[in-house]
Amino acid sequence: MSFWRKLACVVLVLVIGASLAANWLAPAGYAKQYREAADAPPSRMHWLGTDEIGRDRFARVLYGTRISLLLAPAAALLSTLMAALIGGLAGYLGGIWARMAMSVTDLFMSLPWLFLLITARALMPLNVSPLVSVLVTFLLLGFLGWTAAARVLCTTAGSLRASDFVRQARAAGLPGQRLFWIHVVPNLKPVLYAQFWISIPVFILSEANLGILGLGVAEPMPSWGSLLKELEGLVSVGEEPWKFVPLILLVVVVTSFQVLLSRQEELAA
Amino acid sequence: MRRLRWKIAGHALALLATVLLGGLLSATLVRLAPGFNVDERELDPHLNAQSLQALHDARNRDRNVFQFYFSYMNRAAHGDLGPSLALGQPVRTLLRDRLPLTLRLLGVGLALAWMLTLTLALSAAWLRLSVYDTLSTVLSGTFLCLPAAVLALLSVLWNVPGSLAIALIVFPHTYRYARNLLVKAYSRPHIITARAKGLGEARILFWHVVPVVTPQLLAVAGVSVSLAVGAAIPVEALCGLAGVGQLAWQAALARDLPLLVNITILVTLVTLLANCGADVISHVVRGQET
Repeated sequence: MSFWRKLACVVLVLVIGASLAANWLAPAGYAKQYREAADAPPSRMHWLGTDEIGRDRFARVLYGTRISLLLAPAAALLSTLMAALIGGLAGYLGGIWARMAMSVTDLFMSLPWLFLLITARALMPLNVSPLVSVLVTFLLLGFLGWTAAARVLCTTAGSLRASDFVRQARAAGLPGQRLFWIHVVPNLKPVLYAQFWISIPVFILSEANLGILGLGVAEPMPSWGSLLKELEGLVSVGEEPWKFVPLILLVVVVTSFQVLLSRQEELAA
Repeated sequence: MRRLRWKIAGHALALLATVLLGGLLSATLVRLAPGFNVDERELDPHLNAQSLQALHDARNRDRNVFQFYFSYMNRAAHGDLGPSLALGQPVRTLLRDRLPLTLRLLGVGLALAWMLTLTLALSAAWLRLSVYDTLSTVLSGTFLCLPAAVLALLSVLWNVPGSLAIALIVFPHTYRYARNLLVKAYSRPHIITARAKGLGEARILFWHVVPVVTPQLLAVAGVSVSLAVGAAIPVEALCGLAGVGQLAWQAALARDLPLLVNITILVTLVTLLANCGADVISHVVRGQET
């Protein structure tokens, strides 16, 4: 493992560890208001200052990181499973099934990702409780993010179906279902793992985009998207640099994922 | 030539089918969306019983998705795209007013993105300096790790035009492909031989590299249009630019679903046209080579 990969691993472990320890590091929680210290600069009590309604920014960053970093992999898992089911099966069955699945995939992929997300988000109710908004946002990412992975899996499963060992197993009389589970699925695993890991930074960035546009996680629940929305009111960078901490954290985490995933991307392609 | 005509006809058919299917899918999803049957206008105390009944009847007519879609397509063929519920204006007027700005933004943004991409990728392939390659990869990687909406916010903060924000959103995606393609092309044995024989860089580029990478770069160019359309939403929404991207965002926030269906069809059409166009040009280029 190269130095940069080790560093990326350490960064991710530290950030995930800190976000999981949010209850101990910021026991007051993300919603507690310090009304006497609204929009305060960093101090010993509030390491990253407070937001405009007096909530501790450090606590919100920790809890927001937890939400984004725990739910993005959950959405990635959902989208990978859907891709495996649709793409893997379509590729294995071939013929009209593969063509139908790929037509649906093309239809989804003909729309820009962010546009598809905001359109689908608009179909869901917008005035919902914070917890429901978190679920809706990440379920949406999971349900819509399967298309690219399905295409790759369909091609891989199609080439496996035509491979010599699968043909020999079929000729030896192995039933279709058994053949799929014993010979095809294990060979799809590396591509599935790669697709899963690649989806995580994509979903983190997508949630951030939705949050900034006001279509993501609802207040008072924090997420990187809702925390970045604070940048909207800034007049200059030097004025309140501590407001950039969520952005720096997001860039560091996504960069760490990219460094770790450079080999996975080659595999997925 | 005949084969090209067939290719164009095939693309046109696929495009038409996708747009029609996409529109039907959007219209169906809109009907399944919670709150579809609710019309805020019914709360207006100024409306009498007849007006309320007319609203009710109109909604009942629209409930059947196939009936609605057929009549929508019929009206659309005559240039009537219906009204926007949230903005109270005909969709056609809204799109006509906003489309020029979006097209200009996308055109300039894509031109800047490709200038940056080709400059950096070509110099990385020419120079073959690991420091330069690392620096340009880090630069594109940094932009790749920034959410599009943050780049839009930063462009407002630094008073940078929206088209540059679009360029910086698209550039990291195109750069990765262009750099890999060019580096791969320059490492081909015949190009290494040509260099060893002292052939000029310009001649190598235009005679040996460009013909090899053009079809793949055209495919990436088609995809970059889709990326730019996606980037236009946060850029227009957060930079206060009254284009189609901002309209889509406003429609999403107001849950103006009929307007969203129209924009979905328009966006699908634009991205598919770009991809088909890139494919046809690529086919022509390949044909000229052979």
